[in-house]
Amino acid sequence: MADEAKPVTNIKTPMRLEYRYSAGVATSRFLRGIGQGKILGQRCPSCRKVYVPPRGSCPRCAVPTVEEVELSDEGTITTFAIVRVPSENIDVPLPFASVHVLLDGCDIPFFSVVQECPVDQIRIGMRVQAVWVPKEELTSTLQSIRYFKPTGEPDVPFEKLKEFL
Amino acid sequence: MSDLVRDEGGVLTAPHVLEYPYRRSVGPVLGRFFTALRDGRLVGVKTAKGRVLVPPAEYDPETGAAVSDAFVDVGPGGVVTTWSWVSRPRAKQPLDRPFAWALIRLDGADTAMLHAVDAGEPSRMKTGMRVVPRWRAERVGHIGDIECFQPEGE
Amino acid sequence: MREVAIVSFAQAPNARRELRNEVEILMPVVQEAVARSGIERPFDFTCSGSSDFLQGQPFAFVMALDAAGAWPPIPESHVEMDGAWALYEAWVKIQTGQAETALVYAFGKSSPGDLPEVLATQLDPYVLAPLWPDAVSLAALQARAYLEKSGHSERDLAEVAARSRRSAKSNPNATVSGDYEVEKLLATPHIADPLRVHDCAPVCDGAVAMVLVAGDRARKVCERPAWIRGIDHRIEPHSLGARDLTVSVSTRLAAEKAGVGRGAVDVAELHAPFTHQELILRDALGLGANVKVNPSGGALCANPMMAAGLARIGEAASRIWDGSARRAVAHATSGPCLQQNLVCVLEGA
Ligand SMILES: [Zn+2]
Repeated sequence: MADEAKPVTNIKTPMRLEYRYSAGVATSRFLRGIGQGKILGQRCPSCRKVYVPPRGSCPRCAVPTVEEVELSDEGTITTFAIVRVPSENIDVPLPFASVHVLLDGCDIPFFSVVQECPVDQIRIGMRVQAVWVPKEELTSTLQSIRYFKPTGEPDVPFEKLKEFL
Repeated sequence: MSDLVRDEGGVLTAPHVLEYPYRRSVGPVLGRFFTALRDGRLVGVKTAKGRVLVPPAEYDPETGAAVSDAFVDVGPGGVVTTWSWVSRPRAKQPLDRPFAWALIRLDGADTAMLHAVDAGEPSRMKTGMRVVPRWRAERVGHIGDIECFQPEGE
Repeated sequence: MREVAIVSFAQAPNARRELRNEVEILMPVVQEAVARSGIERPFDFTCSGSSDFLQGQPFAFVMALDAAGAWPPIPESHVEMDGAWALYEAWVKIQTGQAETALVYAFGKSSPGDLPEVLATQLDPYVLAPLWPDAVSLAALQARAYLEKSGHSERDLAEVAARSRRSAKSNPNATVSGDYEVEKLLATPHIADPLRVHDCAPVCDGAVAMVLVAGDRARKVCERPAWIRGIDHRIEPHSLGARDLTVSVSTRLAAEKAGVGRGAVDVAELHAPFTHQELILRDALGLGANVKVNPSGGALCANPMMAAGLARIGEAASRIWDGSARRAVAHATSGPCLQQNLVCVLEGA
């Protein structure tokens, strides 16, 4: 029987590696801030740009960032995409808008999703605000920010956003 | 905080698993080796110079020349050319009790292959000893079709 | 050939477990190397070495660029190998005339995973990796083959460990150091017979960085530049059973091409993560008894994966700068059981 069987053309070689991941110093401070309902960024001592989530460094200046800045949970959409396929890690009904939000006082956009707004009304320049889980459900993960929703304020003109796209 | 996340002196850590569920195509040369394993046999390939490589390779490691298309049966027994002892096997390794890793030059081969040897204790291992494969009953065409090697005559 | 020198070197403390992220580990090291070099950013070329499998974070090397400062966009390259091969690439880049200055760095964060198991992923994926042989067991196969052929004993290995740890007492960045009696080392159990704990490099997290500068510019910024007078690397077949594990043919060839034998060697920094490998490398490099080997303690005392080979070159350069060596040899290895080897000859004048 064996001789008549087909030749072997491929093999299964599954690979599974287990790690204990460390978020690092700066990102851990950010995550613990999230657990208290705060968004903490870091400012570069050289170019003064504010980064969130912070990684402890300014990628432009290659210097460590230590000055902590508490940021507003309101911001402006700098770009967006309409998502029509489910994602394991994003628990909102389809379709939804994934967005880059430039938080007020920050220099790089922050990834999130928008709800409480029809997807065909989402636009660059739209003002939005974070919707958090209830205080007693806050954890040190980004799940603590459920999504962003429109504030109803007037849009920010494109001129003011173009360097952040 | 999720019970998976730990605060270690202010820095947060969490378990992280990386998984690659690969299936690999093996090509014509290793394909012959894996097909033979499934059938309970061991084969090598002859280089242009007549040396027998086991496991077979597509190219002669000494010259870089393509190997011939002559596949030859080798083993099943062979000689341990070197070995090391594992007193605490890891979960993914072939045996769940202490064993030896060994480079084994199968009869008729000019190179050695790596596999586990189930010898019970290190005092029963010796360079130059003879070993034979212990085949699995269910074989699929995989290096694990050989459960391990064992001292000849057991 | 264009003259190229190493003008600065810095390294992280080689802690057993770093909780900082890779940029947080690397940034101060890069800053220190840049500050000591006397060269202003941007560098003409930047090259790094690391492996994402170590910390299980795909494309970590891209994140690590934050430490180098990649804006405005810089000419940059990366090798999934020890940083010594990044140095080689930077040296070639300078030889081509496309660069006069280069920043080279490497980092390895091994503590998040089971390093000996993670290293099984670098093996042949068809007939070796599916068995998950750990790196220490493979080194032990080589150790036994070497001991039985050479007539050396486990005591000889313990003596290598004791000497290395004693030397590392003067290295503030060593993971292990101190005075150890050979008898006591030999009384400890095997972890992968014939190897004991002291025969194997400790696992640590670390980073190193250095700056290369060409010709007269190097003379301007550095009082006594460590000139790269020869550099070569060679690789052997991946199949362990097709190699003679008791010798290092690739090291011998690389040493010939790099010109190790063209003059007396004062100091050698050898990247031997296992004690028996130091003995194999001494033979391959043809080092006499008068050569001071691994005054830093070597990889046996601090082995940041993907950075320990580059660190050997940095340590050898440091011996040129401090005047304790006129001519030094540095060696780096990559892959299982000394599969691939790089040899670099440094001179102070
Ligand atoms: Zn900056």
